[in-house]
Amino acid sequence: MMDNIVNKNALKRAKATNSFMTIFFYIIAGIFLFLLLTIFIYILYAGFHNFSLPLLAFNHSGIGNQLFNTIYLVVLALLFSTPVGMLAGIYMAEYAKPGKLLTILRMCIETLSSLPSIVVGLFGYLVFIVMTGMQWNLLAGALAVSILNLPLIASTTEDALRTLPIGYKQGSYGLGATKWQTIWHILLPAAIPQIMTGVILAAGRTLGEAAALMFTAGMSTDISWKSTDITSPTNPWNPIRSGETLALYIWGARTEALNMNAEQMANLSAAILLLLILVFNLSARLISKYLVNYSQGK
Amino acid sequence: MNNAYEFSVKDLGLYYGDFEALKHINMDIEKNTITALIGPSGCGKSTFLKTLNRMNDLVENIKVTGDIFLGEQNIYTDIDVITLRQKVGMVFQQPNPFPKSIYDNVAYGPRMQGITKKSVLDEIVEHSLRQAAIWDEVKGKLGKNALSMSGGQQQRLCIARTLATQPEVILMDEPTSALDPISTLKIEELALQLKEKYTIVIVTHNMQQASRISDKTAFFLLGELIEYNETSNLFTRPLQKKTEEYITGRFG
Amino acid sequence: MTVTKQTAHNIRQDKIWKYVIYMGGVMMIVLTLSVALFLLYRGLGTFTTYNHSIFEFLFSTYWAPNDTTVGGGKVGAAVFIFGSIVTCFFALGISLPFSLAVAIFITEVSPKWGKRIFQPAIEVFVGIPSVVYGWLGLTILVPGIKELFQMPTGFSVLAAALVLGLMIFPTMTSIISDALRSVPASYRKASYALGATRWQTISQVVLGAAKSGILTGIILGLARAFGEALAVAMVIGKVKAFPTSLLSPTTNITSLIASDMGGAMDGGEYNIALWSLALLLFFITLFFIFLIHYVSKRGAVQHDG
Repeated sequence: MMDNIVNKNALKRAKATNSFMTIFFYIIAGIFLFLLLTIFIYILYAGFHNFSLPLLAFNHSGIGNQLFNTIYLVVLALLFSTPVGMLAGIYMAEYAKPGKLLTILRMCIETLSSLPSIVVGLFGYLVFIVMTGMQWNLLAGALAVSILNLPLIASTTEDALRTLPIGYKQGSYGLGATKWQTIWHILLPAAIPQIMTGVILAAGRTLGEAAALMFTAGMSTDISWKSTDITSPTNPWNPIRSGETLALYIWGARTEALNMNAEQMANLSAAILLLLILVFNLSARLISKYLVNYSQGK
Repeated sequence: MNNAYEFSVKDLGLYYGDFEALKHINMDIEKNTITALIGPSGCGKSTFLKTLNRMNDLVENIKVTGDIFLGEQNIYTDIDVITLRQKVGMVFQQPNPFPKSIYDNVAYGPRMQGITKKSVLDEIVEHSLRQAAIWDEVKGKLGKNALSMSGGQQQRLCIARTLATQPEVILMDEPTSALDPISTLKIEELALQLKEKYTIVIVTHNMQQASRISDKTAFFLLGELIEYNETSNLFTRPLQKKTEEYITGRFG
Repeated sequence: MTVTKQTAHNIRQDKIWKYVIYMGGVMMIVLTLSVALFLLYRGLGTFTTYNHSIFEFLFSTYWAPNDTTVGGGKVGAAVFIFGSIVTCFFALGISLPFSLAVAIFITEVSPKWGKRIFQPAIEVFVGIPSVVYGWLGLTILVPGIKELFQMPTGFSVLAAALVLGLMIFPTMTSIISDALRSVPASYRKASYALGATRWQTISQVVLGAAKSGILTGIILGLARAFGEALAVAMVIGKVKAFPTSLLSPTTNITSLIASDMGGAMDGGEYNIALWSLALLLFFITLFFIFLIHYVSKRGAVQHDG
């Protein structure tokens, strides 16, 4: 008799605890969602509610140049890191034999991807600025940021190639194609959507990068949009010039608390960055979806 | 070397590491015939098939002993592997069209061989699709993604793709085991038509299929070639006891 | 062996690209080694050229390196090391319970909403640049703390911990939910079949099974917090003294490097001391990587055995 009562109480308690915890989790999740939404809306509001076009001006009183530098930098960085990263990824997926070399390569990739960006920035400063004797420039910044992107693109490429159906390779070799022909004509095209997702994610990360650019791309920007000489240091398309990005602008704005305009422009920079990240995230998701549909023949 | 044979296999052995997967195989395959390879799972018939176009080269840790001749040429020393595979095509168990259009699938082989002129490619594609008995079903839709076709159609597409490189031999590794009965029949009919111009070697676990379409049958067991004979003889009056046990269902 | 011209060309092309691809792999290795070597080359200068001891570097609080190549200053970095450790652990303390709770919610309590709403939300927040978090901290948290606690300034360990906590929260939630999801369904089914409630299943079975994955998430969160520079620098106060409470300003390793590297003369004692701090960060990173491997291995053994 006693056992029944004891069991019943234990069961009751367990059920009560369960219900309590369920409510607890819903509340926490709700708080989190609320917090995220608030932050999201706040950034957008602070950035845009006093928006006036002169804030985006492409001169010293607006952040238009910084916006340009940000996008230009991302493009430059991808120009370097995508080919090299893909080559490394192809090597790991198609050429490397399990063994010492492959293990070392994987360790290197893991190390590179874990480096704090300020350490990468210092390395970039030493190698691309001090050792070359040059001033701060966008190219050095792009190279430094490439170091951060390389492991991501290499891993994505390797993964994309490995998850392809093995029938593709067999079919291609069976028809008398060489290894490189198989990779170039069959495997890479099939893997491109997944690789592109990785590239877009890397680009998103690069958008917000600041610590690695502080000592490489520099904290000032002096562009003249009237310049027609690409070798001139004020020509916007010349990568050998210092180029402050939006993220670095926000960092720089921290000491200008008295300048209302500066604070406004920093808010706007934050909002623009947030929107750009959203766009990149969305693109990555859409491409993933397309990939799934395509590989099923739709 | 007897020129009349498509393939001459002399004392072929194959090792996966220390494991002897093929033991002293001797076999001559005649031109324009269908040869069926049968045997229980793991007997080596697929492994043997893949030695004929050196697909085993792609696997780590494999050692091949003995010789294989395609006509008069030793496939390891007298001919490079790329040319070999263009002459000896292969159709796989799982249909594996590339994620490209039907046209690009069939045109792939010739393109890798350097043929780029559209008119030439168009002709090759149509000819191959006709030979594979699928032209009428796809002729207006060559640009469609190959993956949108049914399994049976995909397999016939893979056959067309193989034919586009103008091979002498078509190897088939259980080509119908993933297909429905109607597609299976279509492919069996196709094989019978193709044997007029090509030599076909087909691995099958379906003995009825072997007896339906093949001229000669080879029975493998544990890496050895137990019996190799005219199909009708092998199935009605097998010479080896093990062969009889297999075809009457005592094992495998 | 007779080979057609096209085939010969194909084979040659194959060889050339093979070498190009090898180069890609080699470059990754060379790059990693260069980073390590340069860090060592510069970072060790404090101990070789300027003759300081590692003990002084790690444990002394007297930080006054000379901004010249003559040397003779003091390089006690204990304050900054302490600052890094303290902010990171408080950040972890703030964020871990929430990460666990939200991860459990997403994977166990409401997977449908989890996938449609929370997952994308988390992805967006992983992508937000750290300077934006820092900026939010600077414009909201710092004045807020100043008001709320009636302090002379809002720059504090608390502000840094909150900012870092917010930053690492999405990453940790992501990793922990992956770890929870990879617990085999059979474990849960067995628990339910024995008459357990969902919470009992989660707390007694799932969490235990996902232990190594959760631990990995924690370590990765810590590692990210340790390496964060600008967001922390914006709110920590950059005061080169030990914090006396959660509400006092201080400095950590990364903020110090970010703020002082620009001004220090290249090659001088100060500059090299900052490089040593960067080298220290590098070793700490390597340590975290090793830790993650160790935890994963032990987790794998437990599941198989």
